[in-house]
Amino acid sequence: MNEWLLIAGVVLTALSGVPGYLTRYPGPVTQWVTTLIAVSGSTLGLLALCMFWTMGEGQSVVLPWPIPGAEFAVALDGLAALFLLPVFLVSLVGSVYGLAYWKESEHPDSGRKLRLFYGILTAGMGLLVIARNSILFLFGWEGMALSAFFLVTAEDGKQEAREAGWVYLVATHIATLCLFGLFAILHAASGSFALAPLAWDKVSPRTATLAFTLTLLGFGIKAGIMPLHVWLPGSHAVAPTHVSAILSGVIIKMGIYGLVRITSLIPHPPVEWGEIILALGVASGILGVVFAIGQHDLKRLLAYHSIENIGIIVIGLGLALVGRSLGRSGWIILGLGGSLLHVWNHAFFKSLLFLSAGSVVHATHTREIDHLGGLAKRMPVTAACFLIGSVAICGLPPLNGFVSEFLIYLGLFGTLVSGDGPSYAGAAFAAPALALIGALAIACFAKAYGAVFLGTARTHHADHANEAPWAMLAPLLVLVAACVVIGLTPVVVVPALARAISAWAPELRDVEAELVALAPLKWVSVMSLALLTALAAAGFLLRYRLRTGAVEHGPTWACGYVAPTPRMQYTSSSFAQSLVNLFGRVLRPKTLRPPTLALFPQKSEFQSKVSDVVLDEAALPVFRLAGYLFSRFRVFQQGSVQSYLLYLFIALIALLLWR
Amino acid sequence: MNAAIQNTMHVVVALVLPPLLPGVIAKTKALFAGRVGPPVLQPYYDLIKLFRKGSVISTTTTGVFLAGPVVGLVTVTMALLLVPLGHSDAPISFTGDLVLLAYLLGLGRFFTALAALDTGSAFEGMGAAREVTFACLAEPALFLGLLVLAKLSGSLQLAGMLGNSLASHWSGAGASLALVLISWFIVLLAENCRIPFDDPNTHLELTMIHEVMVLDHSGPALGMILYGAALKLFLFGALVVRLVMPRTTFAWLDWLIFVGAILGVSVVVGVVESSLARLRLTHVPVLLVTACLLSAFGVILLVR
Repeated sequence: MNEWLLIAGVVLTALSGVPGYLTRYPGPVTQWVTTLIAVSGSTLGLLALCMFWTMGEGQSVVLPWPIPGAEFAVALDGLAALFLLPVFLVSLVGSVYGLAYWKESEHPDSGRKLRLFYGILTAGMGLLVIARNSILFLFGWEGMALSAFFLVTAEDGKQEAREAGWVYLVATHIATLCLFGLFAILHAASGSFALAPLAWDKVSPRTATLAFTLTLLGFGIKAGIMPLHVWLPGSHAVAPTHVSAILSGVIIKMGIYGLVRITSLIPHPPVEWGEIILALGVASGILGVVFAIGQHDLKRLLAYHSIENIGIIVIGLGLALVGRSLGRSGWIILGLGGSLLHVWNHAFFKSLLFLSAGSVVHATHTREIDHLGGLAKRMPVTAACFLIGSVAICGLPPLNGFVSEFLIYLGLFGTLVSGDGPSYAGAAFAAPALALIGALAIACFAKAYGAVFLGTARTHHADHANEAPWAMLAPLLVLVAACVVIGLTPVVVVPALARAISAWAPELRDVEAELVALAPLKWVSVMSLALLTALAAAGFLLRYRLRTGAVEHGPTWACGYVAPTPRMQYTSSSFAQSLVNLFGRVLRPKTLRPPTLALFPQKSEFQSKVSDVVLDEAALPVFRLAGYLFSRFRVFQQGSVQSYLLYLFIALIALLLWR
Repeated sequence: MNAAIQNTMHVVVALVLPPLLPGVIAKTKALFAGRVGPPVLQPYYDLIKLFRKGSVISTTTTGVFLAGPVVGLVTVTMALLLVPLGHSDAPISFTGDLVLLAYLLGLGRFFTALAALDTGSAFEGMGAAREVTFACLAEPALFLGLLVLAKLSGSLQLAGMLGNSLASHWSGAGASLALVLISWFIVLLAENCRIPFDDPNTHLELTMIHEVMVLDHSGPALGMILYGAALKLFLFGALVVRLVMPRTTFAWLDWLIFVGAILGVSVVVGVVESSLARLRLTHVPVLLVTACLLSAFGVILLVR
């Protein structure tokens, strides 16, 4: 029943853009029709999830599919359900947001294309999460990956969009290639393409290592784990904002889903795997946020924060893997619980941040942080939403980010303080790393929020911005509600988390009870509510005191200077400078400052930039070399369908003869 | 009944005593400089005066400007309820409260920095940038120290980590604890913007960190900020004191030792301020990284 409802939802979203695309007279009506179908598809999906969580698992659906080895096998388990919630929720709010953000009338050339692929993207993700057959999985995966390419390049008239799309396309193909290899190995080991637990005792260690490497590469590229993240910042920055939201909130989580799903098939992973994943998580977390601090582009900044948050998610997963290797149920529950909860949290607060940033971009026509300022007065609702998102992403109480980081911290500290069995100091060092990540995130969002929304407007555009329309504000409020609910009453997510953890590690018993026993989530609730109450009371007292006392209003004190201008405000670049210099060896900031020659210097200029070191100095040279080498094959690549058919024919004959 | 008395004592001491600490520091510095100095109770007089005064609010600002002092004060007050003081465990104690402690302070820092940026003043932006930058390095030092305590006590509650058993570990794991002590004292100086990190009494806005962030606040809001700063100094002082404090069976004696020790910490801070110069801003990270490394060595000594 649940599965059928889900399939209906997936089909509906997949087809949502088709009527609009085929119609002869595009306009506001087709836009509404498309959105309506997409929203109802997502709602069906969400309904199926609600039924799953309240009533329990249904039967898996298996349909015949005339492809050798493939089966249309779908099933909804705790893990799949957990990853499906962000898919449908973010897609739903994104579609509504797109109504006002990407109006058919303002984008006649790309609007229909965008809506078509938005639906296919959602459907692809829905399919891959419920697929229980690796070939079906790949269908969903490629549906997602390719439609994401068309979404990133929605404005293909712009060079930066084409370049980012190109890097994305290369990266996603490499990822898919790795997955082909991985599923081939799994097939060789188990004899079927079904995604089911394997008898790893029979697999040679070498094959297992190869499979793990391919898993890490294939899914790691999609998840954007440092240093496999090269495609991520560019495409997040240039894509239309509701696409960036789903890219960052959901698509990269599909990489995490892959990692989680494949590792769930391995009952006794070597402890090194967990260690490697943990180390990668720490690296992603720290480097992601450090790169974010150096950015001048609001959406690029948010994109690097995705890398950071993926790092946090991966730290939790690594801890869970180490726990599974060493047979420590507490580490699994806290590590995976925190990791999976952070998947939700990041989906919610990052979509919230991207969509609010999109409203800013829509109102001011710029993504440059240093061209903005003072928007809190012009766009109060958007500013409040961005502030809530910032508090959540920094992992601060009383919002949802704190809850998931709290679980991961408990797990990491627990590796030192385990009453029975060995402790594991290597993992414990991830705790201070997480603290560093948190403090850096605070610095970065103080910079972003301060420069964009506070102070005074630095340019004419920022000074004349208008608040976004309600179609763009309502989605923000939905996401705010999600952040607040999880933050204040984390107990509500425990059943869903527990089912996902049991799906990952079926050997555990009574996960829900143990999770409640290990993590004092009730205390988190109490403290969060107390914090809010105390804040309200203190705020009220100060207000009351100000109302009864004498209050004067005047200009900001500029230390005696009487004619300050908006340009004299501290810019975001200056705000970040000391941190950028601190991490200068990694970031390699480039500055351009012509020397001052004359006694009375003329007008001069200064530029600073932090570009992606991995992309510029590792990935692009490799891509170029590969391009040069593969240019030899261009003889075969004629572009005529007939010759491709001939190649296929020859290859098939060769395979037949070989067998 | 006894617990209720201890908790009341905790709250009273935590709310009343802190402004004394800056007073003691100022008196110590005055003694070193050969001056009489302001009375030890001067911070109390200042607070009372400020809460009575009117305010000047910049027209550039939004609600965030006033949210800064409120969040700053409330978070540090809540954090103080989590830290064990003299004799008692903390009034609020649960597994993982150490994380909440650090993140409450983070929330306060975030809003203080935002309130500074809300004024649009270059000076305050500069101060906010420095504050969040140096905090990035102080945070890991704090957590590494907490790791040492967690390993020693086998507990994930501050009450247990800084509890009665800690004194007995000084014989076995004295080296680790000493490293943490030095590291946390450096963190105390950095988080509370004392010399050698920052000079609260400098007259040049360009060189300040914390004081420059609150240039535009006045009246009751400034009072909240100063009170919050005193509470924060008290909080870090309490962490350091609990690290070394011997424990007796008498509650009153414990409280006496605690109050004496925390005033002693203020005197030490005063001595440090009188005998050291402020570091160049570019050298501040070096000292903080040292603090991190000291704590990290402490952890490694334990888990080797």
